[in-house]
Amino acid sequence: MKTPERNEAARKTSVVTRRTFLKGSATAGVAAAAGLEGMLQARRAPAHAQGTRLNILRWVDFIPACDVELKRQAGDASKALGAEVVFEFINANDLQPRITAAMQASTGPDIIMMLHNWPHLYQNGIVDVTDLADWQGKDQGGYYGQSEAAAKVGRQWMALPHGIVGLQMAYRKSWFNEVGATSWPKTLEELRQVGIKLKKKGKPIGQTLGHTFGDAPAWSYPLMWNFGGAETNRDGKAALDTKETVESVKFMQAFWKDACDEGGLAWDDTNNNRAFLSGEIACTLNGASIYIAAKRGQDKIKDDKGEPMVRDIDHGPIPSGPAGSVAYHVAFSHAVMKYGKNQKLAKDFLKWLHGKEQFGKWFQVADGFSVGSTKFWEQSPLWTTIDPPMKIYRQAAASSRMFGYAGPPSAKATEVYSKYIIVDMYAKAVQGMKAEDAVKWAAGELQKIYG
Amino acid sequence: MKKSIAGGSGSATGLEVALPRSGAIQPVLTRFLENEGLLAALLLAPTISLLGVFIAYPFVMGVWLSLSSTSVGNPGVFVGVKNFVKAWNDSIFQTAFQNTFYYTFWATILKLALGMWLALLLNRHFRGKRIVRASMLLPFIVPTVLSTFAWRWMFDPTFSVLNWLLYQTGFITTKLPFLSDGTYGMWCAITVNTWRGMPFFAITLLAGLQTISPDLHEAASLDGANGWQRFWRVTWPLLKPVTLVVVVFSIIQTFSDFQLIYVLTGGGPANSTHLVATYAYQIGVATGLLGEGAAISLFMLPVLFIVVWAQLRYLRRLEGA
Repeated sequence: MKTPERNEAARKTSVVTRRTFLKGSATAGVAAAAGLEGMLQARRAPAHAQGTRLNILRWVDFIPACDVELKRQAGDASKALGAEVVFEFINANDLQPRITAAMQASTGPDIIMMLHNWPHLYQNGIVDVTDLADWQGKDQGGYYGQSEAAAKVGRQWMALPHGIVGLQMAYRKSWFNEVGATSWPKTLEELRQVGIKLKKKGKPIGQTLGHTFGDAPAWSYPLMWNFGGAETNRDGKAALDTKETVESVKFMQAFWKDACDEGGLAWDDTNNNRAFLSGEIACTLNGASIYIAAKRGQDKIKDDKGEPMVRDIDHGPIPSGPAGSVAYHVAFSHAVMKYGKNQKLAKDFLKWLHGKEQFGKWFQVADGFSVGSTKFWEQSPLWTTIDPPMKIYRQAAASSRMFGYAGPPSAKATEVYSKYIIVDMYAKAVQGMKAEDAVKWAAGELQKIYG
Repeated sequence: MKKSIAGGSGSATGLEVALPRSGAIQPVLTRFLENEGLLAALLLAPTISLLGVFIAYPFVMGVWLSLSSTSVGNPGVFVGVKNFVKAWNDSIFQTAFQNTFYYTFWATILKLALGMWLALLLNRHFRGKRIVRASMLLPFIVPTVLSTFAWRWMFDPTFSVLNWLLYQTGFITTKLPFLSDGTYGMWCAITVNTWRGMPFFAITLLAGLQTISPDLHEAASLDGANGWQRFWRVTWPLLKPVTLVVVVFSIIQTFSDFQLIYVLTGGGPANSTHLVATYAYQIGVATGLLGEGAAISLFMLPVLFIVVWAQLRYLRRLEGA
């Protein structure tokens, strides 16, 4: 039911004429600066947008409701922009091939979701969105370092940060209790000890070391960092072949054999979700999707006692190694493609989608799975009502490093990631290669890329 | 006869009378159409255009890319054979190259052996043989991606129905690492490829078997030849040309296989099941290094060329004999 104030507001907006709109736009500056506000104020699409179609390519979200919300917002955006806004969702592992194909053919979606630091790799084919990024940063409390490292190439923002998916270790509290772990292990060695007992009980830890976009690198890179290893030195030159990296690989070999489900070598990002929710594994590094799926499906997803499994799930960070505890959380951004014929419209749409009102609705639906790219969202009321196991995700994004550490973010780091060199270093070692040889192999590959 | 049809000199011919005249264009068109060279070119043009657009252009483009530093969004410059040298020294490429030979060799051998066996069985008379023959083609008809997904589920590291079956029947006490071990993964891929490709062998060989006159077998039987001798002395020599053609096709398809590995293992674990095609895709398309990816994929060309040339040469010799 509309209030009188709302009716008045509606009346005011509805009587805005084209002339008023143009006047308003001119006052605010050029159309580029005020286009979206003008359109919204005028409740009318600009002439250039009418009859056009804006295609946005994104991954299939691990929280299906997020995609439903985006589709709903597409309808609103279509009305606001006067253009047909269409989302397409594909498997995250297929995004990079689609980007390459689209850029080479100079045709395809107008906006493509970027994961990790991909904007560095695709910088020649995407549009500078510094104006939008500056607006969003100022509007929403400043970016996390991870967002900036992912999307800012030199001084230019090549994609507009959207969110960050935090990755923590989901575990079964009761199973940990059964083997004497009443609190989350503080060190990686403690985790291994707990894992040994769990594996003996047929409830191993599950971790992918496959060629898959999220969980595999999100485990492998922090493992290397937490032992003091790094891909590069501060100048960006390859520096992997160190005693610290070898130690991290040796740990992984033992951890894998003693504590993990060895089938993880063939897992993608979805296998550990399924294994966890079916009670096959006791712990895994993941986004909050396991918890959220268990919560939303608590009528069906039960533990061994027939109780909703969600009550038995908690999260912990990747435990510390000798060099501390650093995580990798996946940054997401939206890039406007250079070949696109509707770049202005695409930027207007992104401003609309990333604005507090729309993003806030989507953020609410994500329920902590995806946090904001900016610090503003740490203050969202969501965090006061969210379940205790989810609170760990609130500030997770602040403690993340980017691929290519300790050097600056670069396209070379994206290349190393895309070739799964760090992941394969561990995968080769757990399959029997000597730790020193696995590191030497990876260091050789990095040398070719970083120099 | 030819002269009167051509009517090039303007003399009245049956053909010219039958066709309506349309000013001065008619004689020109007639002359044009009656020029064998031009007519041939005209008739070949659509095919040549299609081949040019869909085969020659991508091939030439691939060769150019392989000689350039092109990466996604970067047109690149000519770099000579640098990409080939880089690929040759790349340990993952070396693994993929070896894998491709291994995969092709074993998959082809198995497809040939099992396909031949199946063809010989299907060549017999039994009730419902038409239905059996038709249903045998199912693995070949089902899209590769779809059937490979089904196999992936069967080999799933956690929920494999095969592991469950073997465990329940007491054959194993721990799970077999179907896709999480390099060797197992490769043999899983060979198995799926064999399952999928065997019907093609069987049906083609069956067609070949049916061209062999039963009289020859009867004559051999009367001469006292046993089953093996009849196969080896009668069937096999007559089936050899067909077999070679099937093998050539199979080698080409298996050596450049992509879909099956991409869906089943993605080249993993740790690149141990990558083939040249899947690795070229990972480098060229997923990583965006188009020049390097093109160079990797072109390594398939000389190998396939030599195989095809040798086999076709052998085939010609057989036909000549």
